[in-house]
Amino acid sequence: MTTAAAAAAAASPLPRRAAAGRDIAVVTRRNLRRIRRTPRLLAVSSIQPILFVLLFRYVFGGSIHVPGVSYIDYLLPGIFVTTTLFGATTAVAMAADLAGGMIDRFRSLPMARSAVLAGRCIADLIRSVLVVALVLAVGTLIGFRFGNGALPAIAAIGLVLAFGFAFMWLYALVGLLVKDPETAQLAGFVPIFPFIFASSVFVPVQNMPGWLQAFARNQPVSVTVDTVRALALGGPVAHDAWQAGGWIAGFVVVFGWLAVAAYRRT
Amino acid sequence: MNSAGPVIEARGICKAFGHTRALIDVDVVAGAGRVLALLGPNGAGKTTLVRILTTLLRPDAGTATVAGLDVVRDAAQLRRVIGLTGQFAAVDPLLTGRENLEMVGQLCQLPRRQAQRRAAQLLERFGLAAAAGRLARTYSGGMTRRLDLAASLIAEPPLLVLDEPTTGLDPRTRTDVWDTVEGLVESGTTVLLTTQYLEEADRLAHRVAVMDHGRVVAEGTPDELKARLGGDVVEMLVPGPQLDQALGALAPPRDGGTVDRERRRITMPAPAGAATLRAALDRLDGAGIAVDDIGVRRPSLDDVFLALTGHGAVEDAGSDIARAGNGRRRSGPT
Repeated sequence: MTTAAAAAAAASPLPRRAAAGRDIAVVTRRNLRRIRRTPRLLAVSSIQPILFVLLFRYVFGGSIHVPGVSYIDYLLPGIFVTTTLFGATTAVAMAADLAGGMIDRFRSLPMARSAVLAGRCIADLIRSVLVVALVLAVGTLIGFRFGNGALPAIAAIGLVLAFGFAFMWLYALVGLLVKDPETAQLAGFVPIFPFIFASSVFVPVQNMPGWLQAFARNQPVSVTVDTVRALALGGPVAHDAWQAGGWIAGFVVVFGWLAVAAYRRT
Repeated sequence: MNSAGPVIEARGICKAFGHTRALIDVDVVAGAGRVLALLGPNGAGKTTLVRILTTLLRPDAGTATVAGLDVVRDAAQLRRVIGLTGQFAAVDPLLTGRENLEMVGQLCQLPRRQAQRRAAQLLERFGLAAAAGRLARTYSGGMTRRLDLAASLIAEPPLLVLDEPTTGLDPRTRTDVWDTVEGLVESGTTVLLTTQYLEEADRLAHRVAVMDHGRVVAEGTPDELKARLGGDVVEMLVPGPQLDQALGALAPPRDGGTVDRERRRITMPAPAGAATLRAALDRLDGAGIAVDDIGVRRPSLDDVFLALTGHGAVEDAGSDIARAGNGRRRSGPT
């Protein structure tokens, strides 16, 4: 063993889990720097949810009547969840790292196998906080109010972010599998359509055909949106919250595991 | 690592991508403090072998140890003793040069202070100190390559792996990289490098493994490989239309020689040195062929490559374009 190898081996007095935590922090910081240094990307990725708020409020809002609630109050919890689903940036960034050789660099380093993915998802989670705050600001300007008190409001936002975090693992996996940034961009939209439009995001599920209701009522986006809505506006929370929590935990476990497996053998 | 044992020892390595057999029963051995070059054209399997030896890819069959560590079983420990510089610079363009190095240092598990110190040293050593605070995307190609190389040296790995370190570099930067590699070897680093350039292998390597179509077709020191041609060679340039006529005239002394039709060049062993040259010239004269150029020289690795594989080591322009078209590094058997 040469001195350098010995030094490298001795340089890691940290137990494995602490070392993994440090690796994740290092990768997260790198990704946050990248986000900060591409302000245009951040700006453009914020336009989409804001357009959704404005379009649905003013174009469709007049035609959609949800009993007992103003449409903006109905709409915004759905938009919150939707913003975190426009997660193609996670897939694109993963694929770009792969295509650009950064993943090979990371994989050749003595670092935790989960750190590149976790660092990606955490950085993107922090990015979503900004986007959600922006959507909340725009929504508030055009009449949205949390009608159920501060604590449930905080819980609602927390749930939105947790949901977004869970989906990012799916997007990270997609990015690793498609391997090409442009394809990742397109693939990132695939989950959006069924999950967002066949859901309770924009309209109540009751008016959909029966066969679709079964899916639309129970799919992860709907149960999460319904929970967020109940937290924001008042109403029974428990049933949907359990389901939403289950989906979130399931996504993190299943797609986290699959993504790390894909990273290992990429 | 046992300094007496080989740093790299690969036995019977096989790897296939779908129906493409990228590596077929490859054996390679390299000692410490030396440079082993994997020489071969694009698609010979060099990068695949490097990816296996650096734990990025698992072999389908065979075993390999690097620094005494098994590339599959001991992959995690092995990553502590290797520094890899891939074919395309693995540098984050949105980080500064310093941030890039400090990040890699920390991910090599160096304490933060030490990572900073090493980064500063390497920036200085690679002439990047003035640009340390600039985003790497503003760097020239040569600077990016140097930063990439610095990143793989941050933890002072005893084994440095360079996958085509000078491909696409201008001549001056190429010489810089060569000087750097030679300096590292002097200070005891073992280097495994892949190259398509015979000149590079000749200049840097103590041992060369010539690869072609997924196999190691020859291995030895550059001199040993050249000695296979039996000493000096006569090289002549012949007008294109008369190439076949010239070959006919030279037989039987042409035995063991090679022809490069594109360059109108005939190379043949010259066991008797100048006398062989004279004989060849007489024969060509007799056939009424005026040579454009003729001379005796030491054989180059190019001659070795032609003799071993029946084709040149330098890829043609067509495959260069194909490669630029799919700029992805992991295009399977390379």
